[in-house]
Amino acid sequence: MSFFSVYDQYQKKDIEKTIDAVTQHAVFRSLNQNVLSIDDFAALISPAALPFLEQIAQKAHDITRRNFGNTIQLFTPMYLSNYCNNRCLYCGFNHDVQIERYQMSLEEVENEARAISSTGLKHILILTGDAPKIASISYLKSCCAVLKHFFSAISIEIYALDFQGYEELIQSGVDGLTIYQETYNTNLYDTLHPTGPKKNFRFRLDAPQRGAEAGMRNVTIGTLLGLDNWRKDIFFTALHASWLEKYYPETEISIALPRIRPYYGCYQPEYQISDQDMVQMIIAIRLFLPRCGITISTRENVSFRNNILRLGVTKMSAGSTTAVGGHSLSNARHNQFEISDKRSVEQMAAYLEKNNIQPVYKDWERF
Amino acid sequence: MPDDIFEIGGKQLNSRLFIGTGKYASDSMIPDVCKSTGAGVITVALRRVDFQAITDNVMQHIPSHMQLMPNTSGARTSDEAIRIARLARATGCGNWIKIEVITDNKYLLPDGYQTAKATEILTKEGFAVFPYINPDLYVARDLVNAGASAIMPLGAPIGTNRGIRTEEMIHILIDEIDLPIIVDAGIGKPSQACQAMEAGADACLVNTAIATSENPVLMGKAFAEAVQAGRNAFLAKARGTSPQAMASSPLTGFIRENEGQS
Repeated sequence: MSFFSVYDQYQKKDIEKTIDAVTQHAVFRSLNQNVLSIDDFAALISPAALPFLEQIAQKAHDITRRNFGNTIQLFTPMYLSNYCNNRCLYCGFNHDVQIERYQMSLEEVENEARAISSTGLKHILILTGDAPKIASISYLKSCCAVLKHFFSAISIEIYALDFQGYEELIQSGVDGLTIYQETYNTNLYDTLHPTGPKKNFRFRLDAPQRGAEAGMRNVTIGTLLGLDNWRKDIFFTALHASWLEKYYPETEISIALPRIRPYYGCYQPEYQISDQDMVQMIIAIRLFLPRCGITISTRENVSFRNNILRLGVTKMSAGSTTAVGGHSLSNARHNQFEISDKRSVEQMAAYLEKNNIQPVYKDWERF
Repeated sequence: MPDDIFEIGGKQLNSRLFIGTGKYASDSMIPDVCKSTGAGVITVALRRVDFQAITDNVMQHIPSHMQLMPNTSGARTSDEAIRIARLARATGCGNWIKIEVITDNKYLLPDGYQTAKATEILTKEGFAVFPYINPDLYVARDLVNAGASAIMPLGAPIGTNRGIRTEEMIHILIDEIDLPIIVDAGIGKPSQACQAMEAGADACLVNTAIATSENPVLMGKAFAEAVQAGRNAFLAKARGTSPQAMASSPLTGFIRENEGQS
C-alpha cells in the first residue's frame, strides 16, 4: 500500500485542465457540502472560485475555530547542520553554493537550545541538510538527548529516512516529521534535483507514510510554492494529506505552505504566488480537511501573517533564523533563505494576544 | 425546588455543568467563566500544562475552589493515558481523571477498548475515573465493572457543535447504567444541553461552545441556566408528547361512569 498508486492515477489526468474548467455553479455546490471530496477541493482552488473567496473564508474561519479554538501553536526551527549532498536548484544549502559549512557540536546545540527555550517555546523543529554521513542518525540521536531537557516536543526536517531510521529517532524522543515533496511534478522534480540522494522522487513521496508507520505523532507535508503551478501542486498535497489521514488516523497530519523566498544563490521561481493565491489555498484546505494542521512560516511578511490568522492557520514559526547556530553563535553562518517576519517570539505572542488568539507554547510532551 | 445535590467522585456539587479550559482566546477568561457558570468542575488537558512555564500557565487561572478533572487528551493507548493520569496526581492535580484515548485524529472518536483497560488499572490505584466514550452499552457495562465514577458519552464528535446526535444510545445508558451519565462533546447550544438534562442525563460537560463563542462569560451563563432548566424539567417529570389531541378516554371511560352509578 502506497500513496503512489493514487498519485499515479491522478497524475495521468490533466489536473490543471480539470481545475481550470470548473464552473461557478460547481464551486457553489462544493462550497455548501458538509463533507468535501477531492473534486470539491479542486473546485475551491479553481479560478472559478475567486468570486466566492469571502464566503469560503467565513466557513474556513468557523471550522478552524470549532476544531482548534482561538489558538495558534508556536514553534521555531533550529538548524543543526548545513552540509548537503544535494544540488536542489532552489536551495541556499545546495552542495554547489559556496558557503561555509558547519555542524554544531553538542555543546553548541545545548547553548542554542537554552537560547531558544528562554523565549518560552516548547516545540522545536530541527533541521539538517542531506549529509547522512555527517549529520548522521547517531548525531541526531545525541542532539535529541540534549534537546529533551529543553523542549517537550521535537520534530525533524531532515533527509528522507527508511522506516528503521524514523523508528530509531522516535525512540530517541522525536515525535514529529516534516518532509516536503517540493513538487509533485515528476519531470520538474527531476530537473530541480539534478544529482544527490533526493533525486529519488518515489523514496521521498513515501517518506511521510514511513514516518507515520514508524509511529510519528505528527507528519507535515508540503510543496515549495512557486516551483510549479500552485493549483496542481496543492491539489496533490491535499490528496496526499487526505490519503495519510485515512490510512494513519492516529497521526496528526499537517500541511505547510512555504512560498519561495530569495536566498544566496538567487533562484528565480517559475511562478509568482500572490497573497490571493495563498488565501485561496489556505481556506480550501480548511474546508476539505477540517482537522488538518496548517503551518505558515516566517518566510511570510508581518502584514500577510497578521491578516491570515483567522483563516485556518494552526501553527506558526516565530523568532526564526535559518542559519546554523543562529540563536547563539556569534559567527552564525549563511541563511538557507531570508526571514521576512523578524518579530521575536515575545512580540509575536503579544500580537496574537492583542487579537484574541492564544499563543500555544506546549501541546504535547513525552509522557 | 427539591434539594438536588449532585454527588460524584466523593464530592457534592451544586452545579451540573462541567466546563473546560481549551480553545479560549485567553486563559485569563477562565475565572470569569467559572463565576458566570457557577460550575464546580473544570477539565484541563495535561498535555498543555507546562509546570515549568516561563510563559502564561493555564493552571494559574483556575480558581482554587474548582474541582480539577485533568484529562488524558492526546493519549493514543491505555498506557499513555495511565502515565498521564499518574503524572497528574504526582503534580498535585488530585485523583480525578477523565480518560480520553483517541486513536482517530480525524473524527476524534474515543477508543472504548483502550479506555476500559486504562480505567480498570487506574481505579485500582485509587483514581476517580471519568471515561469519555461512544455511547455503547457494552463498553459502559465494562466501565461499571472496572469501577468508573461516571460514564461520559459523546453527543456528537468533539468540537462539532452538532448537538445530541446520539440521543437514542444515550437514553439506553441513562436507563441501564447505575452510574452518573455526563454528556460530553458535541453540545453546541444551550438548548441541546437542556435537552440532554431533560432526558435524564446527570450533567453536561461543555467546552467548545462556550470557549469559542463571541462572549464566553455570557454563553457560560446561558449554558448554566439551560442545564438547570433541563434538570428541573426532569425532576418535575414532564409529560410525554402526543402527535394528536387527546380528548377523553374512549376505551376505558366506562369504568369511571360505572363507578359513578354504583
